[in-house]
Amino acid sequence: MTGALLTVAGLGKRFGGFIALSDVDLTVGAGERLGLIGPNGSGKSTMVNCLCGTLRNDTGNVTFGGHALDGLAAHRRTRLGIARSFQLPRPFPTLTLADNVRVPILYAADVKAGRVAVDPRRRCEELLNMVGLLDKADRKPADLTQIEMRKLELARAMASEPRLLIADEVMAGLSHREVDDILALLMTLNGQGIAIVMIEHIMRAVLAFSQRLVVLVAGRKIADGDPQEVVRQPDVVAAYLGS
Amino acid sequence: MGNIRFGLLALVAAAVTFAAARAIGNPYVFFAGYVVLQYVVLATAWNILGGYTGYVNFGTAAFFAMGAYTTVVLHKTVPVLPLPAMMLAGGAISALIGLGMGYLTLRLRGTFFSIATLAMAVVAQTLITNWNFVGGSRGAYIVRPRLSPIFPGDYIQYLFVIMLLLSVLAVVVARAIQHSRLGYGFAAIRDDEPAAEASGVPTLRLKLIATALSGGLMGMAGAPLPYYVTYLDPASGFSLSYAVNTIAMPLIGGTATWLGPLIGAVLLGTLQQVATVTISSALSLLLVGLLLVGFVIAAPKGIVGWFQR
Repeated sequence: MTGALLTVAGLGKRFGGFIALSDVDLTVGAGERLGLIGPNGSGKSTMVNCLCGTLRNDTGNVTFGGHALDGLAAHRRTRLGIARSFQLPRPFPTLTLADNVRVPILYAADVKAGRVAVDPRRRCEELLNMVGLLDKADRKPADLTQIEMRKLELARAMASEPRLLIADEVMAGLSHREVDDILALLMTLNGQGIAIVMIEHIMRAVLAFSQRLVVLVAGRKIADGDPQEVVRQPDVVAAYLGS
Repeated sequence: MGNIRFGLLALVAAAVTFAAARAIGNPYVFFAGYVVLQYVVLATAWNILGGYTGYVNFGTAAFFAMGAYTTVVLHKTVPVLPLPAMMLAGGAISALIGLGMGYLTLRLRGTFFSIATLAMAVVAQTLITNWNFVGGSRGAYIVRPRLSPIFPGDYIQYLFVIMLLLSVLAVVVARAIQHSRLGYGFAAIRDDEPAAEASGVPTLRLKLIATALSGGLMGMAGAPLPYYVTYLDPASGFSLSYAVNTIAMPLIGGTATWLGPLIGAVLLGTLQQVATVTISSALSLLLVGLLLVGFVIAAPKGIVGWFQR
Protein backbone atom coordinates (compact mmCIF):
# COMPACT_ATOMS: atom_id res chain seq x y z
CA MET A 1 0.00 0.00 0.00
CA THR A 2 1.43 3.37 -0.95
CA GLY A 3 -0.18 5.77 1.51
CA ALA A 4 -3.90 6.01 2.14
CA LEU A 5 -6.02 7.41 -0.68
CA LEU A 6 -9.31 7.12 1.16
CA THR A 7 -9.60 7.28 4.93
CA VAL A 8 -12.87 6.64 6.70
CA ALA A 9 -12.96 7.23 10.44
CA GLY A 10 -15.83 6.46 12.78
CA LEU A 11 -18.46 6.50 10.02
CA GLY A 12 -22.03 6.25 11.30
CA LYS A 13 -25.43 6.50 9.67
CA ARG A 14 -28.91 5.96 11.08
CA PHE A 15 -32.27 5.82 9.37
CA GLY A 16 -34.68 6.73 12.17
CA GLY A 17 -34.13 4.11 14.83
CA PHE A 18 -32.25 1.77 12.52
CA ILE A 19 -28.49 1.94 12.74
CA ALA A 20 -27.20 1.23 9.23
CA LEU A 21 -23.55 1.97 9.93
CA SER A 22 -21.82 2.29 13.23
CA ASP A 23 -18.27 3.46 13.84
CA VAL A 24 -16.75 2.05 10.66
CA ASP A 25 -13.06 2.71 10.04
CA LEU A 26 -11.56 1.97 6.65
CA THR A 27 -8.59 2.91 4.54
CA VAL A 28 -7.98 2.32 0.87
CA GLY A 29 -4.50 2.76 -0.52
CA ALA A 30 -3.69 4.24 -3.89
CA GLY A 31 -4.05 1.58 -6.55
CA GLU A 32 -5.31 -0.99 -4.06
CA ARG A 33 -7.87 -3.70 -4.78
CA LEU A 34 -10.22 -3.97 -1.84
CA GLY A 35 -13.09 -6.39 -1.48
CA LEU A 36 -16.06 -5.38 0.65
CA ILE A 37 -18.47 -8.13 1.58
CA GLY A 38 -21.30 -8.63 3.99
CA PRO A 39 -24.75 -10.20 4.11
CA ASN A 40 -27.73 -8.32 2.65
CA GLY A 41 -28.63 -5.32 4.77
CA SER A 42 -25.22 -5.11 6.38
CA GLY A 43 -24.71 -1.52 5.25
CA LYS A 44 -22.50 -1.94 2.18
CA SER A 45 -24.59 0.21 -0.12
CA THR A 46 -25.22 2.76 2.63
CA MET A 47 -21.48 3.05 2.99
CA VAL A 48 -21.04 3.56 -0.75
CA ASN A 49 -23.71 6.25 -0.67
CA CYS A 50 -22.00 7.98 2.26
CA LEU A 51 -18.63 7.86 0.50
CA CYS A 52 -20.06 9.19 -2.76
CA GLY A 53 -22.16 11.91 -1.19
CA THR A 54 -25.56 10.53 -2.12
CA LEU A 55 -26.25 10.25 1.62
CA ARG A 56 -24.85 12.36 4.43
CA ASN A 57 -23.14 10.40 7.18
CA ASP A 58 -24.28 11.33 10.69
CA THR A 59 -20.94 10.80 12.39
CA GLY A 60 -17.35 10.29 11.36
CA ASN A 61 -15.08 11.72 8.71
CA VAL A 62 -14.17 10.78 5.19
CA THR A 63 -10.91 12.02 3.71
CA PHE A 64 -9.95 11.45 0.11
CA GLY A 65 -6.56 12.35 -1.31
CA GLY A 66 -6.04 14.92 1.43
CA HIS A 67 -9.49 16.52 1.03
CA ALA A 68 -12.09 16.31 3.77
CA LEU A 69 -15.27 15.22 2.02
CA ASP A 70 -17.75 16.01 4.78
CA GLY A 71 -20.73 17.92 3.43
CA LEU A 72 -19.40 17.89 -0.12
CA ALA A 73 -22.03 17.29 -2.82
CA ALA A 74 -21.79 14.10 -4.86
CA HIS A 75 -20.68 15.84 -8.05
CA ARG A 76 -17.77 17.50 -6.22
CA ARG A 77 -16.59 14.12 -4.98
CA THR A 78 -16.77 12.74 -8.49
CA ARG A 79 -14.61 15.62 -9.66
CA LEU A 80 -12.12 14.89 -6.90
CA GLY A 81 -11.76 11.38 -8.25
CA ILE A 82 -14.29 9.04 -6.68
CA ALA A 83 -16.35 7.19 -9.27
CA ARG A 84 -19.05 4.66 -8.66
CA SER A 85 -21.15 2.23 -10.57
CA PHE A 86 -24.71 1.77 -9.38
CA GLN A 87 -25.92 -1.57 -8.08
CA LEU A 88 -28.79 -1.45 -10.56
CA PRO A 89 -27.38 0.15 -13.73
CA ARG A 90 -28.65 3.71 -14.15
CA PRO A 91 -27.79 4.76 -17.71
CA PHE A 92 -29.18 7.95 -19.26
CA PRO A 93 -31.91 6.25 -21.33
CA THR A 94 -32.52 8.99 -23.91
CA LEU A 95 -28.83 9.48 -24.71
CA THR A 96 -26.73 7.28 -26.97
CA LEU A 97 -23.95 5.22 -25.43
CA ALA A 98 -21.39 7.72 -26.67
CA ASP A 99 -23.30 10.59 -25.06
CA ASN A 100 -23.76 8.61 -21.84
CA VAL A 101 -20.00 8.47 -21.53
CA ARG A 102 -19.63 12.03 -22.74
CA VAL A 103 -21.47 13.54 -19.76
CA PRO A 104 -18.79 12.70 -17.17
CA ILE A 105 -16.07 13.63 -19.67
CA LEU A 106 -17.59 17.09 -19.96
CA TYR A 107 -18.49 17.51 -16.31
CA ALA A 108 -15.82 15.67 -14.35
CA ALA A 109 -12.74 14.88 -16.42
CA ASP A 110 -12.56 18.29 -18.07
CA VAL A 111 -12.87 20.43 -14.97
CA LYS A 112 -10.18 18.68 -12.98
CA ALA A 113 -7.28 20.95 -12.38
CA GLY A 114 -4.07 20.12 -14.15
CA ARG A 115 -5.65 17.66 -16.52
CA VAL A 116 -5.18 18.42 -20.15
CA ALA A 117 -8.61 18.47 -21.74
CA VAL A 118 -8.79 15.57 -24.14
CA ASP A 119 -10.83 15.50 -27.30
CA PRO A 120 -14.16 14.30 -25.86
CA ARG A 121 -15.07 12.29 -28.95
CA ARG A 122 -11.80 10.39 -28.99
CA ARG A 123 -12.00 9.70 -25.27
CA CYS A 124 -15.59 8.42 -25.71
CA GLU A 125 -14.38 6.00 -28.35
CA GLU A 126 -11.45 4.90 -26.22
CA LEU A 127 -13.68 4.15 -23.25
CA LEU A 128 -16.35 2.34 -25.26
CA ASN A 129 -13.66 0.38 -27.02
CA MET A 130 -12.14 -0.60 -23.68
CA VAL A 131 -15.43 -2.20 -22.58
CA GLY A 132 -16.15 -3.59 -26.05
CA LEU A 133 -19.15 -1.42 -26.84
CA LEU A 134 -17.66 0.77 -29.56
CA ASP A 135 -19.79 -0.75 -32.32
CA LYS A 136 -22.91 0.23 -30.36
CA ALA A 137 -21.82 3.81 -29.69
CA ASP A 138 -24.83 5.26 -31.47
CA ARG A 139 -27.38 2.97 -29.86
CA LYS A 140 -29.54 3.70 -26.85
CA PRO A 141 -29.06 1.86 -23.52
CA ALA A 142 -32.42 0.10 -24.01
CA ASP A 143 -30.78 -2.02 -26.75
CA LEU A 144 -28.15 -3.43 -24.38
CA THR A 145 -28.00 -6.77 -22.62
CA GLN A 146 -27.47 -6.97 -18.86
CA ILE A 147 -23.70 -7.40 -19.09
CA GLU A 148 -23.39 -4.65 -21.67
CA MET A 149 -25.31 -2.38 -19.33
CA ARG A 150 -22.78 -3.15 -16.56
CA LYS A 151 -19.95 -2.41 -18.95
CA LEU A 152 -21.52 0.89 -19.92
CA GLU A 153 -21.84 1.68 -16.23
CA LEU A 154 -18.12 1.00 -15.81
CA ALA A 155 -17.19 3.01 -18.89
CA ARG A 156 -19.20 5.96 -17.62
CA ALA A 157 -17.58 5.70 -14.21
CA MET A 158 -14.15 5.60 -15.83
CA ALA A 159 -14.96 8.62 -17.98
CA SER A 160 -14.64 10.86 -14.93
CA GLU A 161 -10.96 9.83 -14.70
CA PRO A 162 -11.23 8.55 -11.13
CA ARG A 163 -8.50 7.59 -8.72
CA LEU A 164 -10.93 5.37 -6.84
CA LEU A 165 -13.64 3.26 -8.40
CA ILE A 166 -16.38 1.82 -6.23
CA ALA A 167 -17.93 -1.10 -8.08
CA ASP A 168 -21.23 -1.84 -6.35
CA GLU A 169 -22.22 -5.39 -7.31
CA VAL A 170 -21.29 -5.01 -10.96
CA MET A 171 -21.42 -8.77 -11.41
CA ALA A 172 -24.75 -9.58 -9.76
CA GLY A 173 -26.87 -11.78 -12.00
CA LEU A 174 -24.17 -12.41 -14.57
CA SER A 175 -23.10 -15.82 -15.85
CA HIS A 176 -19.79 -17.48 -15.02
CA ARG A 177 -18.16 -16.34 -18.26
CA GLU A 178 -19.52 -12.84 -17.91
CA VAL A 179 -18.17 -12.57 -14.36
CA ASP A 180 -14.71 -13.44 -15.69
CA ASP A 181 -15.18 -10.84 -18.38
CA ILE A 182 -15.93 -8.05 -15.89
CA LEU A 183 -13.20 -9.32 -13.57
CA ALA A 184 -10.63 -9.01 -16.35
CA LEU A 185 -11.90 -5.52 -17.09
CA LEU A 186 -11.55 -4.43 -13.48
CA MET A 187 -8.03 -5.87 -13.36
CA THR A 188 -7.14 -3.84 -16.45
CA LEU A 189 -8.46 -0.66 -14.81
CA ASN A 190 -6.53 -1.44 -11.66
CA GLY A 191 -3.45 -1.94 -13.84
CA GLN A 192 -3.86 1.70 -14.88
CA GLY A 193 -3.34 2.69 -11.26
CA ILE A 194 -6.95 3.07 -10.16
CA ALA A 195 -7.84 1.85 -6.69
CA ILE A 196 -10.95 -0.31 -6.75
CA VAL A 197 -13.38 -1.18 -4.00
CA MET A 198 -15.36 -4.21 -5.10
CA ILE A 199 -18.64 -4.87 -3.37
CA GLU A 200 -19.76 -8.31 -4.32
CA HIS A 201 -21.59 -11.43 -3.26
CA ILE A 202 -19.83 -13.70 -5.73
CA MET A 203 -17.07 -15.01 -3.49
CA ARG A 204 -15.12 -16.58 -6.34
CA ALA A 205 -14.74 -13.14 -7.90
CA VAL A 206 -14.04 -11.32 -4.65
CA LEU A 207 -11.33 -13.76 -3.62
CA ALA A 208 -9.72 -13.72 -7.05
CA PHE A 209 -9.74 -9.94 -7.14
CA SER A 210 -9.08 -8.61 -3.67
CA GLN A 211 -5.73 -7.90 -2.10
CA ARG A 212 -7.54 -7.17 1.14
CA LEU A 213 -11.01 -8.07 2.33
CA VAL A 214 -13.31 -6.11 4.62
CA VAL A 215 -16.45 -7.63 6.11
CA LEU A 216 -19.44 -5.63 7.26
CA VAL A 217 -22.13 -7.21 9.42
CA ALA A 218 -25.10 -5.25 10.74
CA GLY A 219 -23.36 -1.95 10.13
CA ARG A 220 -20.12 -2.89 11.88
CA LYS A 221 -16.77 -3.86 10.47
CA ILE A 222 -15.93 -7.29 11.85
CA ALA A 223 -12.91 -8.17 9.74
CA ASP A 224 -10.23 -6.48 7.67
CA GLY A 225 -7.21 -8.26 6.29
CA ASP A 226 -5.85 -10.93 3.98
CA PRO A 227 -8.79 -12.43 2.06
CA GLN A 228 -7.93 -16.06 2.68
CA GLU A 229 -7.54 -15.48 6.40
CA VAL A 230 -10.62 -13.30 6.69
CA VAL A 231 -12.94 -15.88 5.15
CA ARG A 232 -11.76 -18.44 7.71
CA GLN A 233 -12.40 -16.13 10.65
CA PRO A 234 -15.09 -17.75 12.84
CA ASP A 235 -17.32 -14.66 13.16
CA VAL A 236 -17.26 -14.11 9.39
CA VAL A 237 -18.25 -17.71 8.79
CA ALA A 238 -20.97 -17.33 11.41
CA ALA A 239 -22.34 -14.20 9.74
CA TYR A 240 -22.71 -16.01 6.45
CA LEU A 241 -23.58 -19.54 7.46
CA GLY A 242 -24.91 -19.12 10.99
CA SER A 243 -23.04 -20.43 14.03
CA MET B 1 -24.11 24.44 -38.41
CA GLY B 2 -22.52 26.91 -36.04
CA ASN B 3 -24.63 29.03 -33.73
CA ILE B 4 -23.72 32.29 -35.46
CA ARG B 5 -24.62 30.99 -38.90
CA PHE B 6 -27.86 29.59 -37.56
CA GLY B 7 -28.62 32.91 -35.89
CA LEU B 8 -28.05 34.81 -39.14
CA LEU B 9 -30.22 32.33 -40.99
CA ALA B 10 -32.95 32.75 -38.38
CA LEU B 11 -32.75 36.53 -38.80
CA VAL B 12 -33.16 36.14 -42.56
CA ALA B 13 -36.18 33.91 -41.97
CA ALA B 14 -37.56 36.55 -39.60
CA ALA B 15 -37.05 39.28 -42.20
CA VAL B 16 -38.85 37.18 -44.81
CA THR B 17 -41.71 36.58 -42.37
CA PHE B 18 -42.06 40.30 -41.71
CA ALA B 19 -41.90 41.16 -45.41
CA ALA B 20 -44.56 38.55 -46.15
CA ALA B 21 -46.80 39.89 -43.38
CA ARG B 22 -46.45 43.43 -44.74
CA ALA B 23 -47.14 42.21 -48.26
CA ILE B 24 -50.49 40.79 -47.16
CA GLY B 25 -51.36 44.29 -46.07
CA ASN B 26 -54.01 43.38 -43.51
CA PRO B 27 -53.25 44.66 -39.98
CA TYR B 28 -54.98 41.62 -38.51
CA VAL B 29 -52.12 39.46 -39.74
CA PHE B 30 -49.88 41.28 -37.29
CA PHE B 31 -52.32 40.87 -34.41
CA ALA B 32 -52.66 37.15 -35.05
CA GLY B 33 -48.98 36.68 -35.88
CA TYR B 34 -47.95 38.38 -32.65
CA VAL B 35 -49.80 35.77 -30.62
CA VAL B 36 -48.26 32.90 -32.57
CA LEU B 37 -44.77 34.36 -32.10
CA GLN B 38 -45.43 34.93 -28.42
CA TYR B 39 -46.17 31.22 -28.14
CA VAL B 40 -42.99 30.37 -30.02
CA VAL B 41 -41.08 32.18 -27.27
CA LEU B 42 -43.16 30.68 -24.45
CA ALA B 43 -43.01 27.12 -25.79
CA THR B 44 -39.27 27.35 -26.44
CA ALA B 45 -38.66 28.82 -22.99
CA TRP B 46 -40.83 26.17 -21.34
CA ASN B 47 -38.95 23.45 -23.17
CA ILE B 48 -35.59 24.49 -21.71
CA LEU B 49 -36.86 23.47 -18.28
CA GLY B 50 -39.60 20.99 -19.24
CA GLY B 51 -38.13 19.25 -22.27
CA TYR B 52 -34.37 19.45 -21.77
CA THR B 53 -34.23 19.19 -17.99
CA GLY B 54 -37.43 17.20 -17.40
CA TYR B 55 -39.15 19.51 -14.93
CA VAL B 56 -42.75 20.18 -15.98
CA ASN B 57 -43.66 23.76 -15.17
CA PHE B 58 -47.34 24.63 -14.83
CA GLY B 59 -46.55 28.20 -13.82
CA THR B 60 -45.91 29.70 -17.25
CA ALA B 61 -48.70 32.22 -16.73
CA ALA B 62 -46.97 33.59 -13.63
CA PHE B 63 -43.65 34.25 -15.36
CA PHE B 64 -45.44 35.65 -18.36
CA ALA B 65 -47.73 37.91 -16.32
CA MET B 66 -44.89 39.12 -14.10
CA GLY B 67 -43.16 40.33 -17.26
CA ALA B 68 -46.37 42.05 -18.33
CA TYR B 69 -46.90 43.68 -14.95
CA THR B 70 -43.29 44.87 -14.87
CA THR B 71 -44.19 46.82 -18.00
CA VAL B 72 -47.31 48.19 -16.32
CA VAL B 73 -45.20 49.44 -13.40
CA LEU B 74 -42.54 50.91 -15.69
CA HIS B 75 -45.20 52.48 -17.91
CA LYS B 76 -46.58 54.28 -14.88
CA THR B 77 -43.22 55.27 -13.39
CA VAL B 78 -40.83 55.79 -16.34
CA PRO B 79 -43.07 56.06 -19.42
CA VAL B 80 -40.22 57.25 -21.64
CA LEU B 81 -38.47 53.89 -21.37
CA PRO B 82 -38.40 52.12 -24.75
CA LEU B 83 -40.17 48.76 -24.94
CA PRO B 84 -36.98 46.66 -25.36
CA ALA B 85 -35.69 48.08 -22.07
CA MET B 86 -38.97 47.21 -20.39
CA MET B 87 -38.65 43.70 -21.80
CA LEU B 88 -35.19 43.34 -20.32
CA ALA B 89 -36.57 44.47 -16.96
CA GLY B 90 -39.51 42.08 -17.21
CA GLY B 91 -37.16 39.28 -18.19
CA ALA B 92 -34.89 40.05 -15.25
CA ILE B 93 -37.80 40.04 -12.79
CA SER B 94 -39.13 36.74 -14.10
CA ALA B 95 -35.65 35.22 -14.15
CA LEU B 96 -35.27 36.17 -10.49
CA ILE B 97 -38.66 34.63 -9.72
CA GLY B 98 -37.53 31.54 -11.59
CA LEU B 99 -34.35 31.41 -9.56
CA GLY B 100 -36.24 31.79 -6.30
CA MET B 101 -38.87 29.28 -7.25
CA GLY B 102 -36.18 26.88 -8.38
CA TYR B 103 -34.31 27.21 -5.14
CA LEU B 104 -37.43 26.51 -3.11
CA THR B 105 -38.97 23.75 -5.18
CA LEU B 106 -36.27 21.92 -7.11
CA ARG B 107 -35.84 19.36 -4.39
CA LEU B 108 -39.29 18.18 -5.46
CA ARG B 109 -39.50 15.76 -8.34
CA GLY B 110 -42.11 15.02 -10.96
CA THR B 111 -45.71 15.88 -10.18
CA PHE B 112 -44.77 17.53 -6.90
CA PHE B 113 -42.67 20.11 -8.68
CA SER B 114 -45.47 20.76 -11.17
CA ILE B 115 -48.02 21.31 -8.41
CA ALA B 116 -45.62 23.70 -6.66
CA THR B 117 -45.28 25.79 -9.83
CA LEU B 118 -49.04 25.90 -10.20
CA ALA B 119 -49.33 27.06 -6.59
CA MET B 120 -46.66 29.68 -7.23
CA ALA B 121 -48.78 31.07 -10.08
CA VAL B 122 -51.80 31.33 -7.78
CA VAL B 123 -49.75 33.14 -5.13
CA ALA B 124 -48.35 35.58 -7.71
CA GLN B 125 -51.83 36.26 -9.08
CA THR B 126 -53.17 36.90 -5.59
CA LEU B 127 -50.38 39.38 -4.92
CA ILE B 128 -51.02 41.29 -8.15
CA THR B 129 -54.80 41.25 -7.61
CA ASN B 130 -54.26 42.98 -4.29
CA TRP B 131 -51.74 45.51 -5.53
CA ASN B 132 -53.62 48.70 -6.22
CA PHE B 133 -50.75 50.47 -7.98
CA VAL B 134 -51.03 48.16 -11.00
CA GLY B 135 -54.81 48.32 -10.96
CA GLY B 136 -55.57 45.41 -8.64
CA SER B 137 -58.47 43.32 -9.83
CA ARG B 138 -59.85 46.28 -11.82
CA GLY B 139 -56.97 45.92 -14.22
CA ALA B 140 -54.76 48.53 -15.86
CA TYR B 141 -55.26 50.53 -19.04
CA ILE B 142 -52.27 51.21 -21.24
CA VAL B 143 -52.54 53.56 -24.19
CA ARG B 144 -50.88 51.99 -27.16
CA PRO B 145 -48.89 54.51 -29.27
CA ARG B 146 -50.29 54.84 -32.78
CA LEU B 147 -47.13 54.53 -34.80
CA SER B 148 -44.01 52.43 -34.69
CA PRO B 149 -41.11 54.40 -33.22
CA ILE B 150 -38.43 52.99 -35.53
CA PHE B 151 -39.96 52.42 -38.96
CA PRO B 152 -43.02 53.70 -40.84
CA GLY B 153 -46.04 51.60 -39.90
CA ASP B 154 -48.54 50.90 -37.12
CA TYR B 155 -47.39 50.20 -33.57
CA ILE B 156 -48.69 46.65 -33.90
CA GLN B 157 -46.11 46.10 -36.62
CA TYR B 158 -43.48 47.24 -34.15
CA LEU B 159 -44.80 44.80 -31.55
CA PHE B 160 -44.76 42.07 -34.19
CA VAL B 161 -41.13 42.80 -35.07
CA ILE B 162 -40.12 42.87 -31.41
CA MET B 163 -41.74 39.50 -30.79
CA LEU B 164 -40.21 38.15 -33.98
CA LEU B 165 -36.74 39.13 -32.80
CA LEU B 166 -37.41 37.66 -29.36
CA SER B 167 -38.48 34.40 -31.03
CA VAL B 168 -35.21 34.35 -32.95
CA LEU B 169 -33.31 34.94 -29.70
CA ALA B 170 -35.22 32.21 -27.85
CA VAL B 171 -34.81 29.63 -30.61
CA VAL B 172 -31.11 30.41 -31.10
CA VAL B 173 -30.49 30.15 -27.36
CA ALA B 174 -32.44 26.88 -27.10
CA ARG B 175 -30.58 25.41 -30.05
CA ALA B 176 -27.21 26.51 -28.73
CA ILE B 177 -27.97 24.91 -25.35
CA GLN B 178 -29.08 21.66 -26.92
CA HIS B 179 -25.69 21.08 -28.52
CA SER B 180 -23.61 22.39 -25.64
CA ARG B 181 -22.11 21.06 -22.44
CA LEU B 182 -25.08 22.62 -20.65
CA GLY B 183 -27.44 20.62 -22.87
CA TYR B 184 -25.73 17.34 -21.98
CA GLY B 185 -26.00 18.26 -18.31
CA PHE B 186 -29.72 19.06 -18.67
CA ALA B 187 -30.34 15.77 -20.48
CA ALA B 188 -28.48 13.84 -17.80
CA ILE B 189 -30.64 15.47 -15.11
CA ARG B 190 -33.80 14.64 -17.05
CA ASP B 191 -32.78 11.02 -17.48
CA ASP B 192 -31.44 10.20 -14.04
CA GLU B 193 -30.57 12.77 -11.43
CA PRO B 194 -28.47 10.63 -9.03
CA ALA B 195 -26.53 9.22 -11.98
CA ALA B 196 -26.00 12.75 -13.30
CA GLU B 197 -24.66 13.84 -9.94
CA ALA B 198 -22.37 10.78 -9.86
CA SER B 199 -21.10 11.82 -13.29
CA GLY B 200 -19.98 15.18 -11.92
CA VAL B 201 -23.00 17.20 -13.05
CA PRO B 202 -23.79 19.96 -10.52
CA THR B 203 -27.51 19.23 -10.68
CA LEU B 204 -28.81 21.99 -8.41
CA ARG B 205 -26.85 24.72 -10.17
CA LEU B 206 -27.90 23.51 -13.61
CA LYS B 207 -31.54 23.32 -12.59
CA LEU B 208 -31.35 26.89 -11.31
CA ILE B 209 -29.83 27.98 -14.62
CA ALA B 210 -32.72 26.25 -16.41
CA THR B 211 -35.46 27.83 -14.27
CA ALA B 212 -33.91 31.30 -14.48
CA LEU B 213 -33.38 31.10 -18.24
CA SER B 214 -36.81 29.65 -18.89
CA GLY B 215 -38.54 32.13 -16.57
CA GLY B 216 -36.58 35.06 -17.96
CA LEU B 217 -37.57 34.34 -21.55
CA MET B 218 -41.21 33.93 -20.49
CA GLY B 219 -41.05 37.29 -18.72
CA MET B 220 -39.63 38.93 -21.83
CA ALA B 221 -42.44 37.41 -23.87
CA GLY B 222 -44.98 38.87 -21.44
CA ALA B 223 -43.50 42.36 -21.25
CA PRO B 224 -45.04 43.75 -24.49
CA LEU B 225 -48.46 42.26 -23.60
CA PRO B 226 -49.93 45.43 -22.00
CA TYR B 227 -49.27 47.35 -25.22
CA TYR B 228 -50.82 44.56 -27.23
CA VAL B 229 -54.02 44.14 -25.22
CA THR B 230 -54.16 47.80 -23.94
CA TYR B 231 -56.14 46.52 -20.95
CA LEU B 232 -54.55 44.04 -18.59
CA ASP B 233 -56.23 42.47 -15.58
CA PRO B 234 -54.92 39.63 -13.40
CA ALA B 235 -57.50 37.12 -14.63
CA SER B 236 -56.40 37.47 -18.26
CA GLY B 237 -52.67 37.94 -17.59
CA PHE B 238 -52.48 34.88 -15.36
CA SER B 239 -54.90 32.86 -17.49
CA LEU B 240 -54.32 29.13 -17.19
CA SER B 241 -54.65 28.85 -20.96
CA TYR B 242 -51.11 30.26 -21.27
CA ALA B 243 -49.81 27.41 -19.16
CA VAL B 244 -51.89 24.79 -20.98
CA ASN B 245 -50.96 26.02 -24.45
CA THR B 246 -47.31 26.35 -23.53
CA ILE B 247 -47.17 22.76 -22.35
CA ALA B 248 -49.21 21.44 -25.27
CA MET B 249 -47.06 23.02 -27.96
CA PRO B 250 -43.73 21.35 -27.11
CA LEU B 251 -45.54 18.07 -26.45
CA ILE B 252 -47.13 18.18 -29.88
CA GLY B 253 -43.94 19.29 -31.60
CA GLY B 254 -41.56 17.13 -29.58
CA THR B 255 -39.69 18.04 -26.41
CA ALA B 256 -36.23 16.63 -27.05
CA THR B 257 -35.06 19.26 -29.54
CA TRP B 258 -35.28 23.02 -30.14
CA LEU B 259 -37.31 22.36 -33.28
CA GLY B 260 -40.23 20.67 -31.51
CA PRO B 261 -41.59 23.69 -29.60
CA LEU B 262 -41.13 25.86 -32.68
CA ILE B 263 -43.17 23.51 -34.87
CA GLY B 264 -45.75 22.96 -32.14
CA ALA B 265 -46.19 26.67 -31.47
CA VAL B 266 -46.47 27.66 -35.12
CA LEU B 267 -48.85 24.81 -35.87
CA LEU B 268 -51.08 25.00 -32.82
CA GLY B 269 -50.86 28.79 -32.52
CA THR B 270 -51.90 29.30 -36.12
CA LEU B 271 -54.66 26.71 -35.86
CA GLN B 272 -56.00 28.47 -32.78
CA GLN B 273 -55.95 31.85 -34.48
CA VAL B 274 -57.77 30.45 -37.50
CA ALA B 275 -60.32 28.71 -35.28
CA THR B 276 -60.86 31.87 -33.25
CA VAL B 277 -61.69 33.86 -36.36
CA THR B 278 -63.66 31.28 -38.29
CA ILE B 279 -65.47 29.38 -35.54
CA SER B 280 -65.14 30.65 -31.97
CA SER B 281 -62.47 31.54 -29.44
CA ALA B 282 -63.74 28.93 -27.00
CA LEU B 283 -63.05 26.26 -29.58
CA SER B 284 -59.33 27.00 -29.64
CA LEU B 285 -58.86 25.49 -26.18
CA LEU B 286 -60.91 22.46 -27.14
CA LEU B 287 -58.60 22.04 -30.10
CA VAL B 288 -55.60 21.97 -27.78
CA GLY B 289 -57.21 19.27 -25.67
CA LEU B 290 -58.13 17.09 -28.61
CA LEU B 291 -54.74 17.45 -30.27
CA LEU B 292 -52.97 16.63 -27.02
CA VAL B 293 -54.98 13.46 -26.52
CA GLY B 294 -54.39 12.51 -30.14
CA PHE B 295 -50.66 13.06 -29.92
CA VAL B 296 -50.22 11.29 -26.61
CA ILE B 297 -51.84 8.22 -28.18
CA ALA B 298 -50.42 8.33 -31.70
CA ALA B 299 -47.08 10.14 -31.39
CA PRO B 300 -45.94 10.46 -27.77
CA LYS B 301 -42.62 11.91 -28.89
CA GLY B 302 -44.30 14.64 -30.92
CA ILE B 303 -43.92 15.55 -34.55
CA VAL B 304 -40.13 15.64 -34.44
CA GLY B 305 -40.03 12.26 -32.68
CA TRP B 306 -42.40 10.84 -35.30
CA PHE B 307 -40.00 11.75 -38.08
CA GLN B 308 -36.95 10.53 -36.22
CA ARG B 309 -38.26 6.98 -35.90
